[in-house]
Amino acid sequence: MIPGTFAYHRPTTIDSAVALLIELGEDARPLAGGHSLIPLMKTRLASPEHLVDLTGIDGLNGIERSDGDVVIGAMTTQHSLIGSSLLSELVPIVRETSLRIADPQIRYKGTLGGNCANGDPGNDMPALMQCLNARYVLTGNEGPREVAARDFYLGAYETALAAGEILTAVRIPIPAPGHGYAYEKLKRKVGDYATAAAAVMITMAGDTCTSASIGLTNVAETPLWAEEAGRLLVGTKLDEGSIASAVAAAEAITDPASDMRGPADYRTKMAGVMLRRALERARSRAKA
Amino acid sequence: MTKSHIKVTINGKVVEALVEPRTLLIHFLREQQNLTGAHIGCDTGHCGACTVDMDDMSVKSCMTFAVQADGASITTIEGIANADGTLSALQEGFRMMHGLQCGYCTPGMIVRAHRLLQENPDPSEDEIRHGIAGNLCRCTGYVNIVRAIQYAAAKINGTPFQEAAE
Repeated sequence: MIPGTFAYHRPTTIDSAVALLIELGEDARPLAGGHSLIPLMKTRLASPEHLVDLTGIDGLNGIERSDGDVVIGAMTTQHSLIGSSLLSELVPIVRETSLRIADPQIRYKGTLGGNCANGDPGNDMPALMQCLNARYVLTGNEGPREVAARDFYLGAYETALAAGEILTAVRIPIPAPGHGYAYEKLKRKVGDYATAAAAVMITMAGDTCTSASIGLTNVAETPLWAEEAGRLLVGTKLDEGSIASAVAAAEAITDPASDMRGPADYRTKMAGVMLRRALERARSRAKA
Repeated sequence: MTKSHIKVTINGKVVEALVEPRTLLIHFLREQQNLTGAHIGCDTGHCGACTVDMDDMSVKSCMTFAVQADGASITTIEGIANADGTLSALQEGFRMMHGLQCGYCTPGMIVRAHRLLQENPDPSEDEIRHGIAGNLCRCTGYVNIVRAIQYAAAKINGTPFQEAAE
């Protein structure tokens, strides 16, 4: 399969990349790892006339601690996220989730920014970033602005990115030490998108849950932050009744498509099962 | 469409070429460089038969444009043998352990396993299986491929080869 013709650009600064995207308008697409866009181009579902490759831009790579955040450059690959000792120490759920994305080859090329900015409900990072209350740094011709991951997704492939804007970094608030975490993903095979997946972050004081945040992947047109489900767990001992209420609240906000991964009812149920498993594993990891 | 000039190091040799931006790396390697070792299997990024090593990463060359490789250093299966032409430890492992039947996936498997052993010289069976999760084989059932990689790791490390349990 051969993509349509296009012109290739490899700017070396964010400013020049933004200028190119504004100048070229809707005929241009930014290119990160390419493992979502290039398959679409090969099947001619996408035919951009210009690709603006972001790999040549300095300063979009790297993981560092800054104030109360971990700041991750948008072009940081999933392979780098998996290998980062800083992330493993401070926000280990990022590594756990990255390992469930695609396969090793794709993780060498796939980027955090691409996964977050693409807007495909099948991407795993968006629900995780909502769970973590991350903020996206969007850079356009008027400089950077921040948008919360929880406000970024408007519909399938529709995001808060304005024309000419590039997602340049992700800021994750450093979770409390001793927090419990888990990302549970049901998929049919290696490399598949989720039938349903759940990200969970909790903190415990003794045997009481003091905070809970839940993200759901691929069970609606956007990633879902299950705010009500999380709230139902706070102040409880994560007993069966509380977990059942949270699972029911999470299932209630799903609206999956029926597709080759299963009928909608099944995928909703699997979102609940993934949440239940993630809660159990997060609790076993949490240090009071 | 204007062609782009690229400069790529392939198996240690610097190559300069003009490519259309839409030319995929696999087509550039196979059709312009006559390096037909990397295979086009599924053409959709799933099977890994097109895997090459690019700047110390295993990448699927059917999902990469040749222009993206400008300035990169690439190793294909043709560059895996020892400098004197003898089989590398991995190639020997695949031969000794019958790590292939039809052989179609083998170039991708070996190039991927090469990077895996660079990053993790003594992988467990589980780490090998996860490490080659992006490469499909429809013949072997993977058992002998895992053994072949274990054989190579042992040979490189100078440790005795212990076959995985059945």
